[in-house]
Amino acid sequence: MSMSIPPAEAALPRFRRDPAGTHPPLLSPDYRSTRLRAPLKAPVDLPQRMTEVTGPVFGDGLVHADDADLTRGYAEEPAGQRIIVCGRLIDGDGRPIPRSLVEIWQANAAGRYRHDRDNWPAPLDPNFDGMGRTLTDDEGRYAFTTVKPGAYPWKNHHNAWRPAHIHFSLCGRSFTQRLVTQMYFPDDPLFGQDPIFNSVPQAARNRMIAAFSLTDTRPDWALAFNFDIVLRGSEATPFDPERS
Amino acid sequence: MTTLLSTPSQTVGPFLSIGLTWERAEYVVPEGTPGSFWIRGRLLDGAGEPVPDGLIETWQADPYGNFGHSVPPVRPVGGGGSGFGGFGRAMTGPDGQYGLLTVKPGRVTDGAGGWQAPHLDVSVFARGLLHRVVLRIYFADEAEANSADPVLCSLPDDAARATLVARPNGDGGYILDIRLQGDRETVFFAV
Repeated sequence: MSMSIPPAEAALPRFRRDPAGTHPPLLSPDYRSTRLRAPLKAPVDLPQRMTEVTGPVFGDGLVHADDADLTRGYAEEPAGQRIIVCGRLIDGDGRPIPRSLVEIWQANAAGRYRHDRDNWPAPLDPNFDGMGRTLTDDEGRYAFTTVKPGAYPWKNHHNAWRPAHIHFSLCGRSFTQRLVTQMYFPDDPLFGQDPIFNSVPQAARNRMIAAFSLTDTRPDWALAFNFDIVLRGSEATPFDPERS
Repeated sequence: MTTLLSTPSQTVGPFLSIGLTWERAEYVVPEGTPGSFWIRGRLLDGAGEPVPDGLIETWQADPYGNFGHSVPPVRPVGGGGSGFGGFGRAMTGPDGQYGLLTVKPGRVTDGAGGWQAPHLDVSVFARGLLHRVVLRIYFADEAEANSADPVLCSLPDDAARATLVARPNGDGGYILDIRLQGDRETVFFAV
């Protein structure tokens, strides 16, 4: 067993901590499910070493081009407003993150998920499963074709409704950059009463809202929304295990 | 240099399995791989109740202490493909149970001239978690390496360390429960 450090592993990046005010506090009591699930002890600082600054590389063949089009794969098109959701995956230094896995899931146009535990009385759509995945291109770009998800009620508080949203999962380049978020649509009247959206400090909330794009809208076909996703940027000093 | 602010985190919600399920993603290595074993355990909330809608995601070195990020790229999701990706995902079941088939990682440099004990980095996602929580899984039968591990050594006491150390379960596998809250709350890390 070799204990030497392969040259490729030298001088890996370290990633900046996000400033306070970026992410929601784990305990956000207005979102009831956090009360018994949010850890209550302060997290222990974990210096970034090899395991933290590496991450899976996604090879060709992992995803299929059709996986980025949620309106295909069934006998007919799903019901609802056809949309394109596109943008770039970049880091906090503005650099694109290429060849990185982007996974999405969402409710159908009526606000119903295809899931055993979603049983509110809105129709399932036999032509929609609500799941998409793609790899970013060499410039960090991604694009999905889907339908605009509906809002739906949930039992968090009286008359609680989730604003329309699409769940996004990002792997970035490393374990440290891993992020799961939700993309919202502009000017949703449901924002004010949603404790999940509002769990994020106010100044950061608009980073979760897509922008309508007439430029990317395809004539006679689909409206487009832009959503750029920013993962943590690099520290100025790279991590060099051979010199430490 | 441009500095852009990060996109905020949000919960995966209760329907995460729609988007995050990959066939055989809990097989970090294919069945029958020499030295492979199951790591199992329960994800529990502050009332000691199982969390049936959670995701345990792991990242680790191979048995030689190398990472699957090297060239050529390998298929990282699920162990059915070629090579060792080092990346695994297990959804928790109705009883909060997760299970991952993997191999023990080799020792990895600690960046300061020493070595870390064999470990997996773990992200936990669930409804009610507005941000992932991060832990490490170590192995109880690596006592000597564990006693010199800089991360374990940085913890205040043995009770804290014990929340991260998987115990042999008698059939060649390991067991580690993850407690999100409570007296025996797992040690979680800020990365």
